[in-house]
Amino acid sequence: MSQPENKKGQVETTGHVWDGDLREYNNPLPRWWLWAFYVTIVFSVVYWILYPAWPYGDSYTKGINTVEYTVEGEDGEEKTVSEHWNTRALFTRDMQSSPSALAQKEWVGKVENMSFEEIEQDPDTLQFAMSMGNYTFGDYCAACHGAGGQGKIGLFPNLADNAWLYGSSYETIVNKINNGIQGMMPAQNVPEDTIDDLAKYVLSLSGNAEISGEAASRGKQAFASCAGCHGAEGKGNEAMGAPNLADAIWGVADVPGCGDDTACKVDEIKHVVNNGIQRQMPAFGDRLTETQARMLAIYVRQMGGN
Amino acid sequence: MAHHDDPSYPADPLYQAREPIHPKAIHGRFRRFKDLVLLLAYGVFFLLPWVRWERSVGPDQAVMFDIPSRRYYLFDLVIHPQDMFLLAGFLILAAWLLFFVTGLVGRAFCGYFCFQTLWTDVFMKVEALVQGDRNKRMRLEKQPWNGEKIAKKGITVAIWTLIAFWTGFTFTSYWADAPQLFVNFFTLEAVGAAYITTGILTATTLLAAGFAREQVCIYMCPYARFQSVMFDKETLLVSYDAGRGEGEAGRQPLHKGLMTLEERHAQGVGDCIDCNLCVQVCPTGIDIRDGLQLECISCGLCIDACDQIMTKRGWPTGLIRYASEQELETGEKPNLLKFRTIGYGLATIAATVLLLYGIFARAPADISVEQVRQPLFTMLASGDIQNNYNVKINNKLQEPLAFDLTVVGLPDARVSVVGDFESLELPADGSRKYLVHVRAPSDAQVDRREIQFILTEENGLVEPLEHDASFVFR
Repeated sequence: MSQPENKKGQVETTGHVWDGDLREYNNPLPRWWLWAFYVTIVFSVVYWILYPAWPYGDSYTKGINTVEYTVEGEDGEEKTVSEHWNTRALFTRDMQSSPSALAQKEWVGKVENMSFEEIEQDPDTLQFAMSMGNYTFGDYCAACHGAGGQGKIGLFPNLADNAWLYGSSYETIVNKINNGIQGMMPAQNVPEDTIDDLAKYVLSLSGNAEISGEAASRGKQAFASCAGCHGAEGKGNEAMGAPNLADAIWGVADVPGCGDDTACKVDEIKHVVNNGIQRQMPAFGDRLTETQARMLAIYVRQMGGN
Repeated sequence: MAHHDDPSYPADPLYQAREPIHPKAIHGRFRRFKDLVLLLAYGVFFLLPWVRWERSVGPDQAVMFDIPSRRYYLFDLVIHPQDMFLLAGFLILAAWLLFFVTGLVGRAFCGYFCFQTLWTDVFMKVEALVQGDRNKRMRLEKQPWNGEKIAKKGITVAIWTLIAFWTGFTFTSYWADAPQLFVNFFTLEAVGAAYITTGILTATTLLAAGFAREQVCIYMCPYARFQSVMFDKETLLVSYDAGRGEGEAGRQPLHKGLMTLEERHAQGVGDCIDCNLCVQVCPTGIDIRDGLQLECISCGLCIDACDQIMTKRGWPTGLIRYASEQELETGEKPNLLKFRTIGYGLATIAATVLLLYGIFARAPADISVEQVRQPLFTMLASGDIQNNYNVKINNKLQEPLAFDLTVVGLPDARVSVVGDFESLELPADGSRKYLVHVRAPSDAQVDRREIQFILTEENGLVEPLEHDASFVFR
């Protein structure tokens, strides 16, 4: 190895020479690089001190940066929890004290202190209750009733229309949300020779079929056993959730799905009469707060209107 | 550390260390003009956030850029997010104005209006106040670090920091209620963003106007690179009249036998007496006599310097002056009504007119009607069909509005608003969303109809708002 001549001003080389004339520069790292490197070291030390960093055994260093938030204990009392920095705790804190969370709390407080009538008359509170209700609906109701409350014929009632099986008052709806519903129609023992007339008579109540003469009187007679719940004129009974058979809405028998085919409509009704109905909605009272249930009721009630 | 003495360092360093420039103070018309602009700009910038302006809704601050409420308040003009295109219009206008001015008088923007110039100018004034003029500053620079140097440099930087801080704080106060921010800021109760913004502005102001100075103009500024493409032979530029200054035998300092113009002209010597004052006053440290340079920011201080010398000698001024390249070559005065100027001028006027039109033609209120799509339609107990619509209305005025809603295009339609509101009321400068039920008898003829929502303001404060929608039967 020969030391190449190094004139003043020339860059220093490592001293290695290959192939007679190839030399390697011995440049120091750029200063900005070196400083950036030092800065990263300082940064990491500060980071270790502030945040969780080093694992040891079955634990890890917690860092001195903490996140505080309140939780409700088993005894129902609020207490403040101080935890090492982590994103889950940050999220909890944000849900309690971020500006939007505080604004939401303020609005929820308003809804809590207002009657349904007062809420209806205040456009801003109504708008808030409707949109909160919308989200609650998405979480708890949409799985059965559909995202828009349109239901599923034969299974889940349509909430977007203006017919209410159990009554349309807010109080009733809140009650049903909290306590759930047992919907039941017993299977009927209608003799084979009159069930066709009964079905046609039911259809005629809503103008879906025309029936006259003997058939009509047979049907009307057979309907007597239905009138206990649905009323003598088939207008339903909100006290027991018996639907109005004289309006245009069909919740269980898919009459509109049959189009103009009367035989199909008759079959639909016969099926319901022969087999009865068993439907149930679970109680949500222990899953929703009172205010949530109220806002949900407003949303559901207003979706279809009067 | 002096790299030149270090043999291991490349002979040709990539970056040359900055040599501090210490311009000499000068008096004259361009200096006066610069001071005037400076006073005006500082006055506007520093006082504007403190001007109060009563509003029925929103802050009582004349100019405020309110990010949380998404409003820009400019006196009686309130810019909503929907009107943000006005900002684009303003930027376009600013660009054309820059082109127009540059085409006419070169980098005048750089020399008189640019923030970098204005703040550097003030920082230099502070420097001169504390450390004295050019000669004293240069002596101080060379002097080893002793008590005097530390004190003088320290006081200078301290004052700079104060100005920089107030600059940063003033900038921040455009985005919040200024007096409130002032109190919160110093009681450490302002939001983090206020401290960060003020901090960044303070640091960058100090760095750019205190230490980087002309390097910003030369190396960092994009305008420096492209303003020259807007020049032509008739653009007025700060120019050295080489023909007059150099004569046939070049410039010569004053000495015996070359004291008067007659003596000099007789020997073919030019009018320039090589006093170097034009170089000494230049804030970017260039010699204008070398011709048009990228570094020249057209501030005209060399003109003041040269005129001062010429006046002292009793010679005609204007050896350095605003002159076009063509004028220096042929003596022809520039034609101000050239194609380029007219073009840029028309574009500037067009941008101004469009911007003004945009401001005055802003919709005072707007609506959006969005059909509820799940379910699209519902059969009601009566057999009628119901469609629901979310009607969102924005009121951009500073007073409340009340609208009557009608739906046209649907026979026998019945319209009801959730909450049974008779009129759709809107608070001043606010927006609301209403759920609207539209009901119509089932129609065997069509699947859907095109309908139109019409909102009529009850007091006729705004033109009726219309929005198309459709009604679905099945």
